[in-house]
Amino acid sequence: MTNKTDTTRRGALKTLAAGGAAAASMPLWARYTHAQSAEPIKIGFQVHKTGIGAAYGRWYDRTTTAAAALINEAGGINGRPVEIIAEDDGTDPARGAEVVAKFANQHGCDLAFGTLFSHVVVGSAPTAGELKLPYFVVSEGHHVASGALNRWTLQPGITDVKSQVMSMAPYVVGNLGKKVTMLFPDYAFGHDHRDFFSAAVEANGGEIAALIPIPPTETSFTKYFPKIPRDTEVLYHVMVGPAVLTFVKELGEFFGPSAPAIFGFIDSLEAVDLASPGLEFLDGTYFWEGNPRYAQADQTEYDKFYREKVGVDANGASVSDPTDVSTYAHMFGCWETLYVIKAGMEAAGYSGPEDRQALVEAVEAITDMPQSNEHPQGAKLFNGKTHQVFGPQYISQVGGGKLNVVHTTSIEDTLYPDEVDYTTMSF
Amino acid sequence: MLASLEGAVTAAVLALTAVGLSLVFGIMRVVNVAHGEFFMLGAVLAWWVSSWFGGHVAIGFVAALVIAPMLVGAVAALADVTILKRIDYDPERTIVVTIGLLYVIQQVVLMTYGPEARPVEPPFNTRLALPWFEWGENGLQLYWPWGLSTTSYKLFVIAAAAVVLEAVWLLMRHTKMGLVMRATQLDGEMAQVFGIPVERVYAFTFGLGAGLAALGAVLIVPIQQAHYLMGGDPLLLSFIVVIIGGLGSLPGTVVAALLIGMSDGIISVFFSPTLAKILATLLVALVLVFRPQGLFGTRTA
Repeated sequence: MTNKTDTTRRGALKTLAAGGAAAASMPLWARYTHAQSAEPIKIGFQVHKTGIGAAYGRWYDRTTTAAAALINEAGGINGRPVEIIAEDDGTDPARGAEVVAKFANQHGCDLAFGTLFSHVVVGSAPTAGELKLPYFVVSEGHHVASGALNRWTLQPGITDVKSQVMSMAPYVVGNLGKKVTMLFPDYAFGHDHRDFFSAAVEANGGEIAALIPIPPTETSFTKYFPKIPRDTEVLYHVMVGPAVLTFVKELGEFFGPSAPAIFGFIDSLEAVDLASPGLEFLDGTYFWEGNPRYAQADQTEYDKFYREKVGVDANGASVSDPTDVSTYAHMFGCWETLYVIKAGMEAAGYSGPEDRQALVEAVEAITDMPQSNEHPQGAKLFNGKTHQVFGPQYISQVGGGKLNVVHTTSIEDTLYPDEVDYTTMSF
Repeated sequence: MLASLEGAVTAAVLALTAVGLSLVFGIMRVVNVAHGEFFMLGAVLAWWVSSWFGGHVAIGFVAALVIAPMLVGAVAALADVTILKRIDYDPERTIVVTIGLLYVIQQVVLMTYGPEARPVEPPFNTRLALPWFEWGENGLQLYWPWGLSTTSYKLFVIAAAAVVLEAVWLLMRHTKMGLVMRATQLDGEMAQVFGIPVERVYAFTFGLGAGLAALGAVLIVPIQQAHYLMGGDPLLLSFIVVIIGGLGSLPGTVVAALLIGMSDGIISVFFSPTLAKILATLLVALVLVFRPQGLFGTRTA
C-alpha cells in the first residue's frame, strides 16, 4: 500500500495552496512517472448510438470525448490516462444490461458511465449492482433518488425530473395559468413528470385538467389532442424519441391561433432546430432547459469554455454543421459526471478495480461543486445519501427564433426530502 | 370529423403500402418481410432528393415523388434478380432472405443517413379549422375555431393515394402488362409456356410493390419524418391489412386498409390508441380463425 500513500499525499498536496503551486510547476510527463502504473483508467461508456435515443447518444459521445481529452491533457486521473470504451446499447434495456456486463467481464472497465434513457438505466442498474461495478448514470430519471436502484448506481452530473418539475411548478402556476393539461410519454420518465408535476401544481394552488399519456414509439399525434379539455389554460408537454418534431408540429397545427399557454420540456425539441418549418407557433411559449441552448447575453466564461471544447456554436448547433443541433440541455451531464468521477478517484486514491468500493464512498462524501469549467451548467449540491445531485434550472421563452432565459431557479427550489439512504446499504 | 380525417390519412398510406405487399404475394407468392424497409427507404430518399434540389420546396417534393419510388423500385428489382431468383422463390428461403434484406437496408441507411429523424417540408400546408359540435347546456353548441383542424396537405395525401390506387387497378385490369401479371399469378409455369417472360414479370412486380411502399412513404414524410426505424409499423400494419383483406386480393386490401385506418383514427380519438391496436389484432385473429382466406380472398393462402 505504499503506492497508495504516495498518491494520497499527492492528492492532498494538490488541494493545498503550496502543494498546488508545486504540482503546477511539474512538467506534464513527470506526472505519469509518479503513478504506480501508466495503464489507462478504463471508463465503459454505455451510449445510445442507435434506437430512439440516437440523437442524444451522438452528442453524449461528443461531450464525453471532449471532456476525456481535456482530462488527459491535464495529466489524466491519479497520473493515469483515461480511456473511454464506448458500446452501443441500442436504447434497449436488455441490451443495456448486457453492455454493462461486457464492461465488467470483457473490457475490464473500472466503471460504467453515461446512460441516459431511464428504462435502460432501470434495466442495467441491477447488473451493475451484481457485478459490483460503479455505475454513473446521466439520466434525469428519479429512479436513483427514489431508492429503486442500488448503492453502485449514482447520478452526480445531472438533476432529476422530480427536482426539475418541482421548481418549475410555481412559475407555471404563477405566470401562465392554473388549469394544466399534461402530455407526456407513457413510460418511467414520463410517469415521473406526471406524478411529480401534478403534485407540485396542486401544491402551488393550480389544478390538473387532464393527463394524456402517449406511447414513446408513437409517430402520429393529432389523434391524442382532442382529449385536451377546452378550458385548459396551460398545456404542459414533454416528449422524447425520433418523432418529437412531428409532435410539436402537429400540436401547432391542431391549435392554430387559439392555443392555450404552452410550457414544454426542451426534451420535446432536443436536437431539433427551432427554425424548422411549422414551429413558428412556438414563439412566445416557454421551455424548461437544463442548460440554455442559445448563448445568453450574460453567458459565463465556463459556458463559453465548455461550448468551445465540445464544438457547439452560440446557437447550440455543431460548429461544423449548423443544422446539427445539440442536446444541449442534457449533455453537460456527461462532462460534469466525468469530472465528478475524477474528483472521486483522486479522493479515494483509486488504483484499480479493488478500489471500486472506495470510489463510491468517496463520491458519496462529495457535497458542494462550485460553478467552474468542470461544472459549467451551474453550481451543484450532491446528496450522498440519495446519490443524486441538485442544481439550477432554467425557464426560457421563445423569441426571435431563440430561447431566452427568463427565470433561473435556485438550488433550494429544487430540493425535496430524502426518500432513501443508500449509504446504509451494504455493498 | 377529425377522427375520420386522421383515419383516412393513415388508411391512404396504409393502402398504398399494403397493395404493394399484396401484389408481391399474389403474383410471386413471396412473403416480403423487407417491405417495411422499402417504405423507409422511400422516405429517406425523399429527404435526400428534396434537400438536394434547391429552390422552391414544391420542386424538391415533386422530384422526390417521382425519383424516390423509381429508385426504390430499381433496388427491389435488382434484389429480385440477384437474390430471389437464385433461390427459385422457395417460400421458406424467401422469408429468410427478405429478413436479411430488412437488416441490410436498415443498417446501410443507419450507416449513411444516420440515426436522426429528418423532416421534409410539405409543398403546401394550410391549416384548415374544423367546427366541433357538442351537446352542451344550451343545446347544440358550435365551437369554432377551437383546436380541431387539419391541413390541406393531409387532404392531398388522401386524394393522391386514391389516384395512385386507381392507376394500379387500371394497370392490372386494362393493360397488357396487367394481363401478363395476372396470367403469371394464375399459373406461372403455364404463362412461361405461352411465352411470357416470367422472370421479368417477377422483377417488375417486386419493383412495383416496393415502389408503391416508397410512394406511400414519400407522401407521409412531410407529416412524419424520415427515420431509419420507421419501417416496422407499416410492415406490421400491412401484414394485418393483407391478412384481413385476403392475400393477393387488391380490392380486399384496399377495403381492409380503410377499415383498419379509419377504426384506428376513430377509436384513437374517442377511446385510446392502444385499444385501436388491440382491436386490429383481434380482428386478424378472428379472420384467421373464421375465414382464413381473408374477407375477399378466393383461395386458401
